[in-house]
Amino acid sequence: MSSLTPSRPSEDKSILVVGGVAAAAIVVILLGVIYGFAEKHWGAGIEHWFYTTAFGAVVRYILESLILLVGVLISTAILIYGERKIWASVQLRRGPNVVGPWGVMQPFADFLKFILKEPVIPSSANKGVFILAPLVGVVLAMSAWAVIPVASGWVVADINVGVLYLFAVSSLGVYGIIMAGWASNSKYAFLSALRSAAQMVSYEVSIGFVIVTVLLCAGSLNLTEIVRAQDTWGGILGWYWLRLLPMCVIFFVSSLAETNRPPFDLVEAESELVAGYQVEYSASMFLLQFLGELVAILAMSSMMTVMFLGGWLSPLPFPPFTWVPGIIWFLIKAWAVVFCFSMTKAVVPRYRYDQLMRLGWKVFLPISLAMVVIVAAFVEMFGSVGR
Amino acid sequence: MLAQAFFFWIFAAVLVGSALAVILARNPVHSVLFLILAFVNASGLFVLMGAEFLAMILIVVYVGAVAVLFLFVIMLLDVDFAQLKQGFVQYLPIGGLIAICVGFELWYVTAGWTRSPHPAAAAAPTALVGNTKALGLVIYTRYAFFFEAAGLILLTAMIGAIVLTLRHKVGVKRQDIAEQVARSPATAVELRKVASRAGI
Repeated sequence: MSSLTPSRPSEDKSILVVGGVAAAAIVVILLGVIYGFAEKHWGAGIEHWFYTTAFGAVVRYILESLILLVGVLISTAILIYGERKIWASVQLRRGPNVVGPWGVMQPFADFLKFILKEPVIPSSANKGVFILAPLVGVVLAMSAWAVIPVASGWVVADINVGVLYLFAVSSLGVYGIIMAGWASNSKYAFLSALRSAAQMVSYEVSIGFVIVTVLLCAGSLNLTEIVRAQDTWGGILGWYWLRLLPMCVIFFVSSLAETNRPPFDLVEAESELVAGYQVEYSASMFLLQFLGELVAILAMSSMMTVMFLGGWLSPLPFPPFTWVPGIIWFLIKAWAVVFCFSMTKAVVPRYRYDQLMRLGWKVFLPISLAMVVIVAAFVEMFGSVGR
Repeated sequence: MLAQAFFFWIFAAVLVGSALAVILARNPVHSVLFLILAFVNASGLFVLMGAEFLAMILIVVYVGAVAVLFLFVIMLLDVDFAQLKQGFVQYLPIGGLIAICVGFELWYVTAGWTRSPHPAAAAAPTALVGNTKALGLVIYTRYAFFFEAAGLILLTAMIGAIVLTLRHKVGVKRQDIAEQVARSPATAVELRKVASRAGI
């Protein structure tokens, strides 16, 4: 072994893998035993308690939210590791490979590092807003998940205005960045906050019009209904990505801009603004900023999955494929979108700021506005799109 | 019902508190942030009343767009607090007069408010027709002309703002994408035979 990167003996890796799998199996078995015990002794009563009594409903909402958020946080860890491996592969590097088997424990090592380091608050910062900003970012990014249906009926809040809620929460995401940029009392952070505000407000306009076309076709603002509207005999060809293809592309590019991802990461352009609005943040506050950003990326990709890729639906609408649980299809689609996000970062160079603004206002806005009129006329004449 | 009352008191208390903080905060940026908090709590109250569409639109339009621009402007202003407080006593009489007038008007409006028997029923959310659909049915049929008039007023305001601020500067280099794309090697590159030691 003459490689420059430190490597571990192979038996060490296998022990960690076996240990991890065994720990996961023990947790699953324990949960199963607890569930079986509860089912045997209380049976229908516990279901009745969860769905009819007020206190039971509160406990149910808390449990559902906890399960969803734990899933989201685990996905975030996978996202950190996966993205670094993808970028490494594109650039012919090895990526994280030291902590744990194949480096899979790298996100947790990063997490520990951020938690254990000393948080530094600049003396000239506006302390209240400085501390509040990362919290605002992470809470908003996580609250978007409340309305996303990950499988048929698997949604915490099945509200009538689900799409509008998602749009509202994603448009609030800019506050975390503006507050951080202003409170840091630093030139770089402030410039980055101004860039981010202008960028996110611009691209929200076209995202709004894209959403309007989707709900014109689906006839509902409810996300579950939007997925159901894509359930046709055509399977993968019946989803909105094909029927509304230009809108799907515009939504993907706009969501890159909305989450400040490359090629639109002018907000944290290293060569110009050091690290942008994060420049004064350290330790656990930086961790929260970072977490909010990643959770927002996951939320955007699952929003795209729900609106354009048929949510939990199977791509081939006949038995061997429809037996697969909806959550699996949802995860496959959402991770495919996330993969596209990562690949975009790896292969596309950064935009210039005036080009970014031109793309938003002079290209996407007219196209999406025209598409709203066209789709509305189509729906009015033929009743629905392509059914 | 208990949960609804609980959340009503939370939203209402935070709304009133943050509305007060908007005018009491010393730092104008803090004022705008409290204003945003007030908006969010108002939309929470809308949700409790069953007007979820209005709640979401309040957040998207006011908090997501208007307040961002507001914050933008306030952050870029160089406000001198001492100067701001200087004429307080001088302006107190006329300010107080305006406050009394506005307060009286508000009282007049709320005191004269009664629930009309029929038109409100058209927009009321029922179990069958959702909130959004009910609003759409009213806005695009009965009030279609008012809706369009509101749109025209906004368009006029937008054109006015553009006319007031648009300046055509001369001598500024601008990027013309179409021109760049239309360039071909024939128009962009010129081949010259340069004699040695002569230059162009």
